[in-house]
Amino acid sequence: MDVVSQLQRQFVEHATSLYREGYLDDQFTQLLKLQDESNPDFVVEVVSLFFEDTEKLLNNLTTALQQESIDYKQVDAHVHQFKGSSSSIGAQRVKNVCVVFRNYCDEKNLDGCLVCLEQAKNEYLLVRNKLEALFNVSL
Amino acid sequence: MNLGGGQVVNKQPMMPSSSGGSWKSSAAAAGGDSGVSDQFPAGLRVLVVDDDSTCLMILEKMLRHCKYEVTKCNRAEVALSYLRENKNGFDVVISDVHMPDMDGFKLLEHIGLEMDLPVIMMSADDSKSVVMKGVTHGACDYLIKPVRIEALRNIWQHVVRKRKHEWKDFDQSASADEQKQPEEPDYSSSANEGHNWKNTKRRKDEDDEADERDESSSLKKPRVVWSVELHQQFVAAVNQLGIDKAVPKKILELMNVPGLTRENVASHLQKYRLYLRRLSGSQHPGGMNTGFMGGPDPGFGSMSSLNGLDLQALAASGQLGQLPPQSLATLQAAALGRSTNLKSTISVPVIDQRNIFSFENPKSRYPEVQSQHLTNNNSSKQINLLPGIPTNMEPKQFVSMHQSGQHSLGNMNNLVLMQMGGQSQSQSQSQAQLNTNVHNGLRQPVMSNEMLTRGGVVDMAPTVYNPVVSVSQASSLVNFSMGHKTDSSRSSYSLRGNLGIPNLPNTSSALQGDRNLDTKVSRKGTVPSYDIFNDLNQNRDWGLPDVGLTFDQNQHTIQTGLDASNPLLLQHNRSSGRDMGGQNRNITSGKVMLSQGFETRTHHNGSNVGQHRTTYVKTENDNDGSCHSTLYSEQYGQDDLLAAVLKHQQHQQQEGVGQPENEFVFDGYALDDLPV
Repeated sequence: MDVVSQLQRQFVEHATSLYREGYLDDQFTQLLKLQDESNPDFVVEVVSLFFEDTEKLLNNLTTALQQESIDYKQVDAHVHQFKGSSSSIGAQRVKNVCVVFRNYCDEKNLDGCLVCLEQAKNEYLLVRNKLEALFNVSL
Repeated sequence: MNLGGGQVVNKQPMMPSSSGGSWKSSAAAAGGDSGVSDQFPAGLRVLVVDDDSTCLMILEKMLRHCKYEVTKCNRAEVALSYLRENKNGFDVVISDVHMPDMDGFKLLEHIGLEMDLPVIMMSADDSKSVVMKGVTHGACDYLIKPVRIEALRNIWQHVVRKRKHEWKDFDQSASADEQKQPEEPDYSSSANEGHNWKNTKRRKDEDDEADERDESSSLKKPRVVWSVELHQQFVAAVNQLGIDKAVPKKILELMNVPGLTRENVASHLQKYRLYLRRLSGSQHPGGMNTGFMGGPDPGFGSMSSLNGLDLQALAASGQLGQLPPQSLATLQAAALGRSTNLKSTISVPVIDQRNIFSFENPKSRYPEVQSQHLTNNNSSKQINLLPGIPTNMEPKQFVSMHQSGQHSLGNMNNLVLMQMGGQSQSQSQSQAQLNTNVHNGLRQPVMSNEMLTRGGVVDMAPTVYNPVVSVSQASSLVNFSMGHKTDSSRSSYSLRGNLGIPNLPNTSSALQGDRNLDTKVSRKGTVPSYDIFNDLNQNRDWGLPDVGLTFDQNQHTIQTGLDASNPLLLQHNRSSGRDMGGQNRNITSGKVMLSQGFETRTHHNGSNVGQHRTTYVKTENDNDGSCHSTLYSEQYGQDDLLAAVLKHQQHQQQEGVGQPENEFVFDGYALDDLPV
């Protein structure tokens, strides 16, 4: 099974580079471990779910930050959830942005929040591309 | 959800409902696997609640990998309905903290009140304040996201632990009960369950259970599951009796549920009162503080132990005055407003202290405290307390507390006392004192934390709890409560101090430190301590070694406080585990000022009691002491001790108002305003 092992190797290499670059962390490894024969698409499913939720979250955040009078508690709640799900997936860079984002929320720093929102979007797109490439699927 | 998961023997997480079912049937209901106990913890039935579907999916997968049976839902209401439909269908619940439809802590409270299942909180938020909140609300554990599978592998321990404690409590109360009131029928079903449980776990059954119930000869009472119907029956009975008069014994009679013991009712009543307190906490912000502290410590301490109920009682007594109204209020709020979530409770504005007290009638808990205040303490003193614990009182109290409070329990009390003491003193003073005291006695940061977290403790500090809170996690809670105190003027009670943390000279700094807390906890922060204690008492094994110790100090300065505190201590002991009983008794040896209330404790020891009482009496209500002691002496075993104490307090409070029942008379609760 040269092809298989080769593909596996590619996968591993690709994944390793993602780890190295900080896109993914150990939590992602845990997810990989959870996958087994009974549920061979587990990781792909979870990651897809994550992306779906993230899209909604980012939209909500954008809307919330465009309000005239911003409800920072609500924004914080969204970011908090985003942080939770991104860390569960292992999307490290996204999670890091969330941490910073939350601080800005606490300070009610609108500019900081907007910057973080942009960053969050970027990181999300990046990790999404990477993962799609990794799994060779369109997530 | 999977009912069947549990292996009958070991796993049987849920005992059949009190009314109910025999063990066998419950096992069958549970899907009765044929008791393959070896498989435990495999098949553990877990309910996962999280609004984030990604996390939910991952958790489910991980839990399945651990061979648990998983049911997931993303809404708290749905989770509650699952739990209610299948009373014994789950062994443990894992819930996220931040959920849109219901706060995770609120869900935690509901589950604790209705089903009494172990609940594990989880969140991406790992800030101390939130974790502390989890602790004070009674969560068994707190997981930080991202959750690793290793963390989930061990959650079965919480199930086992909880059951073990329940059994223990059962045993103790059972034995105690027997002595005093053989009327409560044993659950046949529970006996059965207990049997297995016991065999697996302990040997006690024979001694304790044998005589008390019919078939219980070797059965331990299984844990009573407070199903919705049962709870409703309970509530109906309570309403019928009136909150003030709702004593476990009467409630039990009214409910007329076979197999339900007074202890079950008593502990459930405690929780319920706490819950009510929290609900109405906001309404009576000040209450707590005011009445609470007759003697800063005692009142406070007792508060914590008493659980929300006490607070109210204290508040009601208002006379205590020692506790800053805010603290009391907070406590109350915390207790009542539990559902509303701690925050709100804390903010309980300083309810007119008098009101709080009056309506609660701490009786059960702080009879002494109240009476003390009324009788001995000058009203002025009391007043002082509220805003800030009277200076004189605290230092001494704390000191004594310290010494006596070697025990874990004592520590707690100390904390409480300290806090209370702090409160009584002027704010500034209190802080100083607290600090000192704290150092001295509060070793037990752990305890204090708990106390603080409970929020009840915090409240004690008359005005400013916030600062203290920052000290430790517990402190964060404390801050909450403190912050809430409407009185605000109160001394920033450096809870920290109480915690045993080096003095925090001023709350303000503390406040800052706990910025988060403040922000989060807008409350005045009075309430929390109470709740904490209650929670603590109820759920944990405090192992209160010598509750009595703290009392000692209280005597001189804070009479009321003493009483209050003592009861708390006692309470703790009680709740923590009946086994504690022995420990508590020790306290009496002289330290316990607990004016009347303590006597009950001591009488376990027997000799101590008598002696102490008299001594205490002088400070507080001399009159009652003697009579109460006798009252208590007859009491029950360790568990009863607590009850006795409470009762005693009630007596105290009422100047000898005899609370005839041995059970915990929660008469003090004049929760008129509380929505039941």
